[in-house]
Amino acid sequence: MLELEYYLILSALLFTTGVIGVLVRRNAIIIFMCIELMLNAANLAFVAISRSLGQTEGQVFVFFVMTVAAAEVAIGLAIIVSVFKHRQTINVDEVNSLKG
Amino acid sequence: MNPEQILFFVFGLLALVGAISVISFRHPIYSALALIVTFFAQAGLFVLLGAHFVAAAQVIVYAGAIMVLFLFVIMLLNLGRRDREGAPTGAKLKGIGIVLGILFAAEGIYIAVNARNGTAVASAQPAPEAVTTYGIGELLFSKYLLPFEVTSLILLAALIGVIVLVKREKPTDN
Amino acid sequence: MSRELIVVLLISPLVGFLINGLFGKFLKGNEKLSGGIGTLAVLVSFICAIVAFAGVQGGAVLEGDAGVLYEWIAGEGFTFNIGFHVDALTTVMLLVITGVGFLIHVYSIGYMHGDAGYTRYFAYLNLFVFAMLVLVLGNNYLMMFVGWEGVGLCSYLLIGFWYERQSATDAGKKAFIVNRIGDFGFLLGMFTLFAAFGSLDFTAIFGAAEADTFQKVFGGSTLVIATLLLFVGAVGKSAQMPLYVWLPDAMEGPTPVSALIHAATMVTAGVYMIARSAVLYELAHTGQVVAWVGVLTAFFAATIALTQNDIKRILAYSTVSQLGYMFVGVGVGAYASGVFHLMTHAFFKGLMFLAAGSVMHAMANELDMRKMGGLKAKMPITHWTFLIGALAIAGFPFLSGFWSKDEILHSAWGSHPAIYVIGLITAFLTAFYMFRLIFVTFYGQSRVASAVASHVHESPPVMWVPLVILAIPSAIIGLLLGWGGHGSAFHHFTESVFKAAKEIGNGAHGEAAGSAVPFMIISAIVGLVGIGFAWMRYSKRTPAAQPGTALHKLVANKYYIDEVYNAVFVQPIKNVSHYLLWRVVDTGIIDGIVNGVAVAIRIIGGTLRRLQTGVVQAYIVSMVVGIVIFLAYYLFIS
Repeated sequence: MLELEYYLILSALLFTTGVIGVLVRRNAIIIFMCIELMLNAANLAFVAISRSLGQTEGQVFVFFVMTVAAAEVAIGLAIIVSVFKHRQTINVDEVNSLKG
Repeated sequence: MNPEQILFFVFGLLALVGAISVISFRHPIYSALALIVTFFAQAGLFVLLGAHFVAAAQVIVYAGAIMVLFLFVIMLLNLGRRDREGAPTGAKLKGIGIVLGILFAAEGIYIAVNARNGTAVASAQPAPEAVTTYGIGELLFSKYLLPFEVTSLILLAALIGVIVLVKREKPTDN
Repeated sequence: MSRELIVVLLISPLVGFLINGLFGKFLKGNEKLSGGIGTLAVLVSFICAIVAFAGVQGGAVLEGDAGVLYEWIAGEGFTFNIGFHVDALTTVMLLVITGVGFLIHVYSIGYMHGDAGYTRYFAYLNLFVFAMLVLVLGNNYLMMFVGWEGVGLCSYLLIGFWYERQSATDAGKKAFIVNRIGDFGFLLGMFTLFAAFGSLDFTAIFGAAEADTFQKVFGGSTLVIATLLLFVGAVGKSAQMPLYVWLPDAMEGPTPVSALIHAATMVTAGVYMIARSAVLYELAHTGQVVAWVGVLTAFFAATIALTQNDIKRILAYSTVSQLGYMFVGVGVGAYASGVFHLMTHAFFKGLMFLAAGSVMHAMANELDMRKMGGLKAKMPITHWTFLIGALAIAGFPFLSGFWSKDEILHSAWGSHPAIYVIGLITAFLTAFYMFRLIFVTFYGQSRVASAVASHVHESPPVMWVPLVILAIPSAIIGLLLGWGGHGSAFHHFTESVFKAAKEIGNGAHGEAAGSAVPFMIISAIVGLVGIGFAWMRYSKRTPAAQPGTALHKLVANKYYIDEVYNAVFVQPIKNVSHYLLWRVVDTGIIDGIVNGVAVAIRIIGGTLRRLQTGVVQAYIVSMVVGIVIFLAYYLFIS
């Protein structure tokens, strides 16, 4: 059995990778993938701690996270499709109608 | 190094490399494929942690359903060259992103290393009984029955939302 | 006497006001109904007042806790009640207010005929009666103050009744502002009393003030300050020097209003207040101040009245002058005499105002008596009633004014001979200017403009009947109640009210010693001489169109008091308002601040809006920066 810390460090690194991706990429689809990365990193932490404490709840939460992630991806991709239909682009820095 | 540790490093490295590839590839298709690698590697990690149900769900939901959706949309939009490769990211934004990412990672690792300090985790030392799928099912349909039902509503809402969003607008008579 | 009776008495005019005021729109065009409601409301009050009067005859009074209707304001250590204080003094006031008020309402039905604001007029008039009743019925200074302000408001509303006329609105504002100065004094006086006694109830204050301990602890100075401040209120409300200037201008209102508010009732509120507070004035020895202000005002106003040619203005200055007499009365400790004069004055001055209104009615609103003359033949009833009023005020033997004025002068002699002498001269002037008015208006050659001449007629019965009714008490009430001077029926009736004050004041005022008869004879002679002079000068000739001598000019222009006030008070305040408050404070500082705030916000907003790039990643960067900082704070610092 491996130390809890290893899993948590891995989870932190994966999560950070997702954050950097969201910050530096402009393609809306890739940004979405990065969000999935972050959700997965959180799932990893959940399962690791659940294991460490011997509790089932952590895995139940992962189940809920997955459900929400699925819903979110569906909606998000629909939005992207609809944005693309209107503006012929999915680069987030070109979609700036809310500029003050 | 026991096999478990070896497997952890293999899967962990695979996940990390996949994740970095996701944010590095120019073409969204490659990113999506890299993401699949990461998902599978994580499923392996879940198995290592004894979470078989989660591992199975990971493969089915993420690697199966969600990734298919991604690929489908990417191909549906059939982005032009400029969009497909993504506009070149500004050096400034890239620098900011990486600096922030390093700071963020440092803090995350700090939290991970000190996870047991002064918390109940320290005392609850693993006499880890394996969490079974049976246990998860029991919990889902007893204690978490209401949230479980609510998730079905969320999915329904997402379903309707998607239909509304992408439905072709009725041509107005004029 | 029951409280319920007083409640009905008080509420009735309020109901009248509400009906005419709220539903006047539906009564429009139905003068009989709205006038009838207004008049009926006051009649009910009058009947209640008679019952109350009969109750007080037996010696029963409503005061202290018995008169409390309900608790109004209660706080830590103090309570203000809505409560009534009904004694002989109150019932005298009630009879005057509701009795004269009722007749004037009746008169108004005819006088205001055809006026566009008919229902509004009766609403205001009812409201006035209500406020005046609150003033005299209250058992504490706070209720008195409420009534005090209420009558001031109604006075303002009714002076400016014909608001489309600039002069009327100006007069209304003048009355209101000048009254406000006095009211401020009254308010401060009330505060002083409350600070000293912790209560504003009449019985509580008078009882505490009389107690020896109070005198020892506070000395007299608190009371001196309080009574003088209250007197400032009285000076404003009762048009004494130097705040009398509003009353002559108040004649811009409808004539019945002048009769009711600016002759018979509201302006006497100051006299009532001092009579009610007699104990305090005796303890503080401030009566002398009151008496001197009164007698100087009486003389001063009488001299102005000599030179005026506007009937109502003569009557107005005469009112100021007669109010001065009342203050002399209450100032020298002859409270009953002062109140008695208040009552007789209400009758004969109300009568003369209504008669003047009748003349105006006939003369198409002409007020300049130089354009009248010889009206006796055409308006016999108006003439005779006016004559009775004038004889009464001139002190013609055995008419009402003779008795009341003589009592005051008699008491004044005991207090200070100089007051008596000035008062006597004023009595002469009074007789003179009143009969100048009578002779020029009703006798001699007609100088009426030919266009109006054919139209001159006696007023309708609804107007002359009140005149006749008012003429009766003007003539005989003095004889009935005043016979016997200080031992008269009126004195006997009000004895209980002023007993405490009399006991304290014993020795302070010289006893009105000796027989009253010589004084009566002197007064009568002076009055008759004044009438004689007026007859010699004016029975044949008309007053000169232009003032002759410099003195005449000075007096005819009312000593230029209005001009002086204008130069000393009004213009400087206007200039300060215009050049400092408006130009500097308002446009400079206040507008500057407001505009500055707007400009600052625009600049800040213009700068900050650049943050809203519309680029999602910019937002995410700031969000992540925030997360990093917060995590760092919680992990490494806290």
